[in-house]
Amino acid sequence: MTRRGFLAGLGAAGCSAAAFPWLSTVTLAGAPGGVLGNNRLVVVILRGALDGLDLVQPLGDPDFAAARPSLGTGEGTHDLDGFFGLHARMGALMPLWAAGELAFVHAASTPYRDKRSHFDGQDLLEAGTGMDVPIGFRKEGWLNRMLQAVPGLAAETAFAVGREAMPLLSGRAPTLSWAPEQRLPLSAQGRLLLEHLYHDDALFREAAEGAMALSTGTEGTDDDADGAESMAAGAPGEGMEAPASGRVADVDALAAFAAERLRAETRIATFSLSGWDTHRGQATTLVAPLQRLERIVLRLRGDLGADVWGRTVLVAMTEFGRTVRENGSRGTDHGTGGTVLLAGGALRGGRVLGRWPGLDEAALYDRRDLMPTSDVRLWAAGAMRGLFGLDAGVLAGAVFPGLDAADGLPDFLL
Amino acid sequence: MSAVQPMTAPVTDTRLIAAFRFGTGLPLPPGAPETPAAMHAALSGPDTAAAAFPAPRTTEVLIATATAFEARRASRKPGEGATMAADGMMDGGGMGGGGMGGEKEARAVIDTLRLDGARAQIARALDAHDGFRERLVRFWADHFTVRNRLGLDAALPGAFVEDAIRPNIGGRFADLLRAATLHPAMLAYLDQVSSVGPNSLLGLRRGRGLNENLARELIELHTLGVGAPYTQQDVRELAALLTGLGVDGFSGTVFRPTWAEPGDETVLGTTYGGAGMEPIDAVLADLAVRPETADHIARKLAVHFVADDPDPGLVADLAAVFRDTGGDLPSVHRALAEHPDAWAAPLTKMRQPLDYLVAALRALGVTGAEVAALPRGPMRRHVILPMSRMGQPWQAPRGPDGWPEGADAWVTPQLLAARIEWALETPKRLVPDLPEPVDLARRALGPLAAGRVEWAAARAETRAEGVALVLAARAFQWR
Repeated sequence: MTRRGFLAGLGAAGCSAAAFPWLSTVTLAGAPGGVLGNNRLVVVILRGALDGLDLVQPLGDPDFAAARPSLGTGEGTHDLDGFFGLHARMGALMPLWAAGELAFVHAASTPYRDKRSHFDGQDLLEAGTGMDVPIGFRKEGWLNRMLQAVPGLAAETAFAVGREAMPLLSGRAPTLSWAPEQRLPLSAQGRLLLEHLYHDDALFREAAEGAMALSTGTEGTDDDADGAESMAAGAPGEGMEAPASGRVADVDALAAFAAERLRAETRIATFSLSGWDTHRGQATTLVAPLQRLERIVLRLRGDLGADVWGRTVLVAMTEFGRTVRENGSRGTDHGTGGTVLLAGGALRGGRVLGRWPGLDEAALYDRRDLMPTSDVRLWAAGAMRGLFGLDAGVLAGAVFPGLDAADGLPDFLL
Repeated sequence: MSAVQPMTAPVTDTRLIAAFRFGTGLPLPPGAPETPAAMHAALSGPDTAAAAFPAPRTTEVLIATATAFEARRASRKPGEGATMAADGMMDGGGMGGGGMGGEKEARAVIDTLRLDGARAQIARALDAHDGFRERLVRFWADHFTVRNRLGLDAALPGAFVEDAIRPNIGGRFADLLRAATLHPAMLAYLDQVSSVGPNSLLGLRRGRGLNENLARELIELHTLGVGAPYTQQDVRELAALLTGLGVDGFSGTVFRPTWAEPGDETVLGTTYGGAGMEPIDAVLADLAVRPETADHIARKLAVHFVADDPDPGLVADLAAVFRDTGGDLPSVHRALAEHPDAWAAPLTKMRQPLDYLVAALRALGVTGAEVAALPRGPMRRHVILPMSRMGQPWQAPRGPDGWPEGADAWVTPQLLAARIEWALETPKRLVPDLPEPVDLARRALGPLAAGRVEWAAARAETRAEGVALVLAARAFQWR
């Protein structure tokens, strides 16, 4: 892939290569895609704690139905393997399951325990560390540390997509971020004048050039009046249960933008979906976020095209699971063991991975939550080793410090 | 990302330095101090801005917060989800749920308190004639960063700034340190509410132990600094010393003898005994006047106000004043404002999104009273959401080390586009009669308008775009 190819991929015809000095660090390795090779990783952070027991229901477990009398458990589910059933509203994913392009990991968690705070849980999930680093003071995300372990990568190798901050990708390694709904509604004259204003300041000039290139063709999609505010802003009633990546059009724009980048030089894309904090009326409140997740998987598959999808693994992970038993308001509360969704043409799927701990009260964590039987980081590490050939020692050291990989990293790719 | 290119034009205009480096932007209000002596005099006077635009206080916020947690607990049976249990208000679980009845109302109260705090802070910065005070409040609030970690505690950071920071920037650093450390927002944010002495009554009975978070940040961020000579053992001993500090939902900070580790602790070579708050007060007083603390604070002030890589002479001069006065903050602030470097150094610091919005609103002629009267919707659309998009969600930095100082953290394609979008879309909604762009450039930038900015402002196709170009100009982003 040449620099010109990247520009074409950005849809920025008319900009010269010299207009993108932020590409000057590109090491244009001979192979397509540069040093990371030709495979793609998509990491989705499901903010708010997905109830994996509703997404992938352990219908064969004798204690499951009794724990959830009023959540619609078992209704209309799609049989996966005789034991687990996929949530009724995720049926459009069943062809992927049949094709081996979809898998789940049950009872996975970060090392985070007990306090069950979304913020702390997400901090740890994205830092990829153990509990030995003080919460709230983890400076870099694991995806960024992975990039640091691979010399010679360019910023556009990894893209954070959307308005939500992605600490997962923040750190010393250069990366890019863009929200497809970000507008830059300047006239042509306004753009020229702005270029003039920024001409002598490399920092502003390069950022503005990037913004102008990235915003091409994405105008007019954002009329957000009073809607999404980052969870990080922390207002009550906003964030976790507010569909920050709300409308279907937003999901489509997000998938289209990510796919466009991934078809070009980007090898890693990450974004978040929120709305999973279903404390109440879960049979209703879980539907919209599930359908957004389903739609983004399907749209990515379509927009990437068969060839790139065949080289892609999507890993969707959440900060922790939810209580096994439903609460008093037909919802579930914050739990421990959670669920990972894996999708992609590079996957050897059609399986529910991980060791099922059972739902007998004695088998639960703290007598209330699904007992974690694997570290969620193992699965991310397994994907990165399979896709990019990264060394297991680096993955279980620099990328995920303290990760116990004594039994080896899971291998679930074709 | 390339290195920041300093502005090469010599800065000789004292109004510009007073407004950009030490204040909240041009035009300076009538009577605003323009000299170091006048700035010091204004700081020594009454806090008129706080009186003009009151913000929610800790007592009120604590009651609202505790009420909201209670309402949520009542709406969620049986005993799951959020609680403000005896072991601290942050030990609860949930932050979601649509809310029923009392919880929904309580939630709305919290949201109003949070926005009221934001309105007051911006209104003060717009109208204050001593902008240096507003900037110092923000500096110290960032030094002692707190943020909410659940949803219902969203108004606490604002109350923290109002009660722990703002009234204490005119005293000794030791008093500021004590007020910040003991405020419920800090105890909650840095996990002190769940730290228990292993040999305390509660620790022995329930097998609970220390949480080192507050102790570590006290040394590493708030006083000595990460490069100072201290050990993990010092952190551990300080954590043991701090046990007993906790938060009661409705009444705030409490000392719980049954949580406190018995015995003496030795921190940085000094042994602290006694009971109750006595050793806690003693260790804070000692940490506040350590020479390493003087160096750390001096450097942070110089980095924030003058340059990412400040002249070592400036840092040394500020540290000397800190040491010689035992951490008298007015003396340190005055030394900063009087220092020749602070008036000669080029403007190379990036205005953070809040600085940027305040400067833009001020240049557009928006008054504090107008911001204070903004309804919820416009306040969120024009201020709160844009700040998130510019990378500075309201009072919610990622970690306890606060907002990044370097310009490259704020100037990425995405974050710069958010500034430009605001400059295009928001002024016309807030200001019915948009100013003539060249006039705006001169008002907002003074001597920095001449040349490129005036040239571009005069050539914009529309008034709105001309205004946007002025507010998006590089010269308007630096301070």
